[in-house]
Amino acid sequence: MAAADDLRFQEFDDAESLLAVNREATTISIEDPGSKSHKPRRVAREKDDDHSLIGDTDSDKTELLAGQKKSAPFWTFEYYQTFFDVETYQVLDRIKGSILPWPGKNFVRLYVRNNPDLYGPFWICATLVFAIAISGNISSFLLCLGRPSHRYVPEFSKVTLAATAIYSYAWLVPLILWGFLLWRNSRVMNVVSYSFLEIVCVYGYSLFVFIPAAVLWIIPSESVRWLSILVAMCLSGSVLVLTFWPAVRDDHRRIALATVTVIITLHVLLAVGCKEYFFDVQDITDPASSVGNLAGNKTALAAKPQ
Amino acid sequence: MAEVDDSNKPLFAGLSDVSISEDIPVEGEITVPVGPSSQDDAYSTLDEPVKETILRDLKAVGKKFVHVMYPRKSSALLRDWDLWGPLLLCVTLALMLQGGSADSKEDGGPQFAEVFVIIWFGSVVITLNSKLLGGTISFFQSLCVLGYCILPLTVAMIVCRLVLLGGSGTVSFIVRLVMVVASFSWSTFASTAFLADSQPANRKALVVYPIFLFYFVIGWMILTFSPSS
Repeated sequence: MAAADDLRFQEFDDAESLLAVNREATTISIEDPGSKSHKPRRVAREKDDDHSLIGDTDSDKTELLAGQKKSAPFWTFEYYQTFFDVETYQVLDRIKGSILPWPGKNFVRLYVRNNPDLYGPFWICATLVFAIAISGNISSFLLCLGRPSHRYVPEFSKVTLAATAIYSYAWLVPLILWGFLLWRNSRVMNVVSYSFLEIVCVYGYSLFVFIPAAVLWIIPSESVRWLSILVAMCLSGSVLVLTFWPAVRDDHRRIALATVTVIITLHVLLAVGCKEYFFDVQDITDPASSVGNLAGNKTALAAKPQ
Repeated sequence: MAEVDDSNKPLFAGLSDVSISEDIPVEGEITVPVGPSSQDDAYSTLDEPVKETILRDLKAVGKKFVHVMYPRKSSALLRDWDLWGPLLLCVTLALMLQGGSADSKEDGGPQFAEVFVIIWFGSVVITLNSKLLGGTISFFQSLCVLGYCILPLTVAMIVCRLVLLGGSGTVSFIVRLVMVVASFSWSTFASTAFLADSQPANRKALVVYPIFLFYFVIGWMILTFSPSS
C-alpha cells in the first residue's frame, strides 16, 4: 500500500516530487496545495533533527533513548513497572560486574545500558541491613559465650539504625551527586551526566560486596575484619571511581579530583562507621584474657600431679 | 422495490406464505432457571445465628491452614482469600515474641509493634515487588498467601517456647535451630508453590529471593528469642 511506503525510511527530495508520490494516497481535496506542502517539509525537518541528535556523542543518544522508554505518566503503575524491567540473568550479571571491576569497563555503560532498575539497589540494601544486624548479633553472642554472666540480648534497634544509615546513603548521595554532575554539565560542555536512576543503580550494586564482608565480620578477629573491610572498600570504591572518573575528567583538574575524593571518602566513612558501631571492639580483649587465664590454670593443674 | 398497493395490506400478511422445511428443527425448551444462584439469595446471612457466622469463617481459615501445611496445587488459598488467618498468626507470633527482657535497661527483643510492622510491611513490600515485576496475582491474594505461610514459623515458636521451659543450654539451642530451619524452609517452599506460578519463568528467582529473606528474618527473630528469667 502507498501508506506503508510512506512509513519506510526514504531520502526526502523536494516538495514537488513528494506531492507527486502522495497525491493518490492521501488526498481528499486538492484545492489547497499550500497546506499539503507543509507536511512533507515538516517531516523532512524532523528527520534532519533526528540525524543531528543520533550522530552526536554517545551521551546524547543515551539521553534520547532514556527519554523514549518512560512513556507512561508518573501517576500510573506502569511507569514504575519500567524500573523493574529486568530478568534474573541481568541482575546476576550486574552483581558480577560490581564484584569484579575492570579498568576501562564502565559499569553504567556496560551493564546498566539504559535499563536502570530499582530491584537491585533496593534488595541489596535490604539484605545488607539484615546481614549487618544479624552478624552483629552473632558476634556479640559469640563474645558472650566466654562470659556466662553476661546475658545475651538481641538488640533490635540496631536494625532500624542500620536501615536508616544504609538507605539514606544509597539514595541521598546519588541525589547530591546527580545534582552536582548536572551543574557541572551546564558549565563545562563535555562533562557527561548520568541519569539519577543510573547513579542509584551504580551505588546500589556497588554495596553488594559488603554483604560477604559483613558475614566475615562474625569472626572475632580484628585482622580478619580489617582485611575484609579493606578488600570490600577497594572493590566497590573502584567500581564507583571507574564509573565517575570518565564523567568528570574533562572538567578542571582540581574539581575532578575533589569529586572523586569525596565519593571515596563517603564510601569509606560508611564502611568503617558500620563496622565500628555494630561490632564492639573493646569486648574482644576481655574473653581472650579470661580464656588465657583458664588455659593457664589448666596447665598448672595438669603440671601439678606430675 | 415494494409496490404501492403493498402498503395497503395488513401487517404480517405475508407470514402465512412462509413455509418451513421439515429438516430444520425449530422446537426446544426455553426456561429460566429459577432458584437462588448464590447462597445469599436463598436466605440473608443477617438472620443466621452469630455462632454460624463465626464458625463458617473459622472453618474457612482452618481449611486454608491445612492447605498451607500440605501445600498442593490447589487454588483455594488464592480464590477465596481472607486476611483473618494472617492477622491471627501475626498477633500470636508478636505476643509470643514480645518482652525478651522487659526488665533490663538496654534494648531487648522486638516489641509487639515492631514484629507487627515487620510482618505487615514486609508482606506489602514483597507484594509490591512481585506486582512491579509483572506478576498476575492480585494485591490481597498475595498478602493472604504470605500471611498464611507464617503458620509453620508460629508452630516453631510455640515449640521453642516449650523447649525453653526446660532450660536454655546447648541441647535446647540445637533443637530450636533444627526446628526453626525446618519451619523456615517449609514456609518458603509453601509460599513459593503458590506465588511463583504467577510470574514469567525468567523472573521467578527475583520474586522468590525477597520471600526467602522475609521468612529468614522472622526465623532469626524466633531463634534469638530469650525469655526474661
